[in-house]
Amino acid sequence: MKILVCIKQVPQKDTPLKLNEYGTWIREDVSYEVNEPDAFALEEALRQKEKHGGEVVAITAGPARSQQVLREALAKGADRAIHLEDNAFVGLDAFNTARAFAAAIKDEQFDLIFTGLQSDDYGYAQTGVILAELLGWPHATIIMQIEKTDAGIRVKRELEAGYFQFVDIPLPAVLTIQSGINKLRYATLIGIKQAKNKPMRKVSFDDVKGAVTGNLQKIERLYIPEKTKNTEYMEGTPSEIAKKLVDKLRNEVHVL
Amino acid sequence: MPDTILAILEQRQGKLSRVSWETLAASQAICAETGWTLEAAVIGNSIGNLATEVAGKKVSKVYAVESSKLEPYTPDAFVAALKQVLQSKQPKLVLLPHTYQVRDFIPKLATAMKSTVISDCVGYKKDGDKLVFTRQMFQGKFSADVSFTCEAPWFVTFQNGAFRGDKLEAGTSAAPVETINVEVADDIVRTKPQEIFKEAKQAVDLTQAEIIVSVGRGIKEQKNIEIAKQLAEALGGELAASRPICDSGWLPMDRQVGSSGQTVAPKLYLALGISGAIQHVVGMKAARTIIAINKDSEAPIFEIADYAVVGNLFDIVPPLIEEIKKARG
Repeated sequence: MKILVCIKQVPQKDTPLKLNEYGTWIREDVSYEVNEPDAFALEEALRQKEKHGGEVVAITAGPARSQQVLREALAKGADRAIHLEDNAFVGLDAFNTARAFAAAIKDEQFDLIFTGLQSDDYGYAQTGVILAELLGWPHATIIMQIEKTDAGIRVKRELEAGYFQFVDIPLPAVLTIQSGINKLRYATLIGIKQAKNKPMRKVSFDDVKGAVTGNLQKIERLYIPEKTKNTEYMEGTPSEIAKKLVDKLRNEVHVL
Repeated sequence: MPDTILAILEQRQGKLSRVSWETLAASQAICAETGWTLEAAVIGNSIGNLATEVAGKKVSKVYAVESSKLEPYTPDAFVAALKQVLQSKQPKLVLLPHTYQVRDFIPKLATAMKSTVISDCVGYKKDGDKLVFTRQMFQGKFSADVSFTCEAPWFVTFQNGAFRGDKLEAGTSAAPVETINVEVADDIVRTKPQEIFKEAKQAVDLTQAEIIVSVGRGIKEQKNIEIAKQLAEALGGELAASRPICDSGWLPMDRQVGSSGQTVAPKLYLALGISGAIQHVVGMKAARTIIAINKDSEAPIFEIADYAVVGNLFDIVPPLIEEIKKARG
């Protein structure tokens, strides 16, 4: 099976974020990492390839720094990578990101496209499904298991409240992968070495400009959430804090 | 003619979900502010009685969108059906609950309509003539006001618990119900869904727990779970966790709180090393009292905490266990 994995670079989880001077986006001088659900998507693609053969290709859109997520994918076992490299890709909405991806892979023939179920920065949870619609492929979201069948694949979808459902899907198809579907591997030293020689195709903004329109939605303002609760901060040494908390548990929360 | 809002409500096994009623309440509030007309739609096979139930609320019309192809759910059939409804009814704004099912089909529907979805919103504002929708970004660290820059129909999904279903207004008389029998061609549906099932019986029912001690990434290692367990025992409460902890296998999946786990509303929710990503918060924000211990002072969990401790949980929890034991005698 030939599988494309869409990977996004996002700010690191614990990194403190600051707003830019216009209050429209974050200041980008922070540390970045692979969007966690995308790491599970990559791992699943590698496992499918190990079972059934084929090829795993990683794709991302973003400035030069985002090449790091492709390097990591190659080090873990992806065969090649596609980098839509430009700062302009950062501000695209889900619709246009999907359009750019569709344009970048128009000469390729994948059986499956994986994305993480959502990104840790925008959190749209849409790019994969939009890509499926643009390509005219079927899709399924929040996937916890993938089995190859004679007619295509059978996937296990996670539903709400502890429910699941198996769905049979013909190929090609797009799947959005749930975190926890598998156990992530680490890149090996040999993998990291080999990654340097694996092909990386660069796609410029100009190359896909014809496919990208103006954004369909716009972030007017980004801000620290308005507090709705009156939070009381407990301060002091650990034992002082412990005493204060117990006082609250007894006299305010009434659980002691 | 005033513009129209269409609220598309989700039914499962013949019942409308709670977040569907919340979405209808939000739709009523937006209509009250904009002067727009509110219509609602229920989709499925033989859902006339649900449409009648919705017609008792303050809405001007209810559509029962019917086809045998709409049961069981598939994204292909839903998009084909709703496309017909939207093309004939021409609403300006389409509002839906942000459920897993809606997430599965709404980006496809919006793309097919050359439009976009502002997803997982927690509020809206009317800014002059412009409507903006508030959604959380960067795992809840920031809020964003987002507007549409394309032609209608516009799509918005609302987060579970963002609006209060008990604010829903009843109508003075029953609204008319129009049945729309949609055509879904045989070859449109490409996926074959099997029966819905529940994995192994849930051993722990966290929804009934009065006290919950919950752990997140800040617990660092599996062996550290023990300290949280001791705290839960001292308080006589249940142990729970955010998704990454269960994904790592450090606690079983039935102890997970959040959008993909259980939704809880205990008397006390004590969050240890939980950052407060949206997916977790939707599952516990209804707790009466929330205590959060986290070393990151900017962790979003503090936004909803009643009592906050900015510090290392490994320093705070041991003396806390001792003090609780003392208090219990």
